[in-house]
Amino acid sequence: MNVNVPLPKQETPAEQGLSIVDCDIHPAPKSVDELFPFMAKRWQDHLKTFGSHVRQGLADGLAHPRMTPDVARVDAWPEDGSTPGSDPEFMRKHHLDANGVEYGILIPLGRSGSHQRNLDYGAALCSAVNDWQIQKYCEFDKRIRASITATQEDPAVAVAEINKRAKDKRFVQVMIPPRAVEPLGKRRYWPIYEAAVANNLPIGLHLGGMGGHPSTGSGMGSYYIEEHTSNVQTMQSLITSLVIEGVFEAFPDLRILLIEGGFAWEPALNWRLDKHWKRFKEEVPHLKRAPSEYVREHIRFTTQPIDEPENPRDMRPIIDWVGVDRLLFSTDYPHWDFDDPRYALNNAGLSVAEKQQIFSGNAKKFYGLQ
Amino acid sequence: MSEGIARTGTASQPNPGAGLFGGEAIDCDVHVTVPSMQVLVPYLDDYWREAVTTRGLDRHKMNLTGQPENAPLFARPDWRPNQGAPGTDLATLQSQLDIFGTKYAILNCMYGAQALHHEDMAAAFCGAVNDWIAREWLDRDPRLRASIVLPIQNPQNCVKEIEKRADDKRFVQVLVPAMGEMTLGRRYYWPIYEACERYELPLGVHAGSTYRFAPASTGWSSYAFEDYALQASTFESQLLSLVAEGVFAKYPALKVVFMESGFAWLPPFLWRSNKTWRGVRAETPWVKQDPAIIIREHVRVTLQPVDAPIDGGKLERVIEQIGSDDMLLFSTDFPHWHFDGLDALPETLSPALKKKILLENPLATYSRLRESDPVQKVGARSL
Repeated sequence: MNVNVPLPKQETPAEQGLSIVDCDIHPAPKSVDELFPFMAKRWQDHLKTFGSHVRQGLADGLAHPRMTPDVARVDAWPEDGSTPGSDPEFMRKHHLDANGVEYGILIPLGRSGSHQRNLDYGAALCSAVNDWQIQKYCEFDKRIRASITATQEDPAVAVAEINKRAKDKRFVQVMIPPRAVEPLGKRRYWPIYEAAVANNLPIGLHLGGMGGHPSTGSGMGSYYIEEHTSNVQTMQSLITSLVIEGVFEAFPDLRILLIEGGFAWEPALNWRLDKHWKRFKEEVPHLKRAPSEYVREHIRFTTQPIDEPENPRDMRPIIDWVGVDRLLFSTDYPHWDFDDPRYALNNAGLSVAEKQQIFSGNAKKFYGLQ
Repeated sequence: MSEGIARTGTASQPNPGAGLFGGEAIDCDVHVTVPSMQVLVPYLDDYWREAVTTRGLDRHKMNLTGQPENAPLFARPDWRPNQGAPGTDLATLQSQLDIFGTKYAILNCMYGAQALHHEDMAAAFCGAVNDWIAREWLDRDPRLRASIVLPIQNPQNCVKEIEKRADDKRFVQVLVPAMGEMTLGRRYYWPIYEACERYELPLGVHAGSTYRFAPASTGWSSYAFEDYALQASTFESQLLSLVAEGVFAKYPALKVVFMESGFAWLPPFLWRSNKTWRGVRAETPWVKQDPAIIIREHVRVTLQPVDAPIDGGKLERVIEQIGSDDMLLFSTDFPHWHFDGLDALPETLSPALKKKILLENPLATYSRLRESDPVQKVGARSL
């Protein structure tokens, strides 16, 4: 049973004079019809008849059902009962204005073209979702920015989509899922990185994807707690692949943001990669530097879900090991494990200047905002 | 033999004549390698003996993918025998035990039978491996102890194998690979844990994969380096599975030992497990305490590889963040190459913690190590 425990009243960062860039906001369509204006009739018909064809047992649902309807916090439902994140006016009042968000970056999930085994259908969905973000959200509120979704399994088509969208500067990144059919470091995905770099766009890798592999190296977990946590391991193997395959040797200007994976686990991964690299060097002669150097130079993290050590003072060394400049604040609005900006960074031993960096400074630099 | 003895002492009585640790060390992860299936043939029944011959099964190298025996990490140069594959030579191992002054060493044999699909073939070969370990290793050096290699494909076969070995107290735990067909907490495996609890045998989970699936949710990585580094990720998932499925609620006396898993990943894992549990615990009502509390009570981790650097006090910080001095168990991971010379135990650790790691924690974990005269059943294998 969930019990509501009221937290002590805190000022919002805006009330403290701190601006926020929220790097993880989830929009949603009220109904699938919202995408139709952006889809050819052939694909509208396909959606209505054959629909989603993915690498898991449930065609449209999550095989590990969540604990709250639509994964959402219980107070995020607009008055008309439509799904959280689907009402831009409500999102503006409930989140952007209330929390003093200066810029919000959209991460569209659900009905993702990236998951589809029918690549042409997937491309149609990605294109529609890209148009929809701009027309429904970015046009509505000038604070909102969008992500270019693309079919990573069809790199040539993904590149075309990226090149098409890059001219609209309201798109601030390329978005593909970590759980692809192959680890994203593999060379078949490199044209996507080439296109991103050519257009001066970072890659935002928000947890998720349906590559057809179990969530662990030993099969699927039974429970949502396992599934939720497995996204940390996904980020670990994602970093490992990008580094060891030599993506950063090939693309020295590539910038990566890992979204919704947290970050406290990163120092241990770096130490592990560096230690074992000494013994495996001969297998990977294309790596010219220690793995952690590539990670620190190219990869950043959003903060949510912020890790909560049993002893709060253990957070500071983690942040020092990761680096204040590599953390970009995010809330994950409107999901149940949303990080409230009034509380999320309070126990990390941060100075005001550091808080400002994490709340907005790092993201503004990363995305070229303002 | 006396090289390096003066360098480090533990808080217990240093004994210059008996290696680095003066007999006050228990090495909880040492590897032995089956040189060829020929050595197992004497321990097979008629059916399998004939199958080996007529099918040419002994032409199969039963090496597990991901552990190439000649790759640098898996074969420290000065721990290779003059002849044969690393881990096949008793004298080489004995020399290392002498140098370190080891009281007991627990042998872990990662053998390809655990990756076969035929359940009964796997059971026959695993049984033969355990017989071979008893005869060719345990019988030949009183310092040696071993893990029971389990035919993990079929839990009932595992229980049979455990019951067969239980009277030989030199077998001190059971052995499964970290990456198998299901997450380890699944009820499918619970008969094994019931037997482990009954016989006071910890569940030993060792780095290694049967590759039933891609090594990670992101798919099939290209390199052995990646797979080795990713073992730790699967250990995290397995740990959460054991907790979330309620294994420790059902078997409160069960202990689990993670071997060659590393441990620097533990603190953020514990914090994240606690945090998420608070939000979603309604789905696993049998988990009645913080996962971190459950893990500190039931789970232990061997020392090698030490995956936190010792510069800047990082290693001490990590151990502090783990929140328990009881979890680490000394190991060299012979013949794998994680450290040079005699540097198995990081020098910066306090003397009290060193003593816990070297001796007290292993003794507390493995009740069978406390037997002064482990019972040896002659011809332990019944036909």
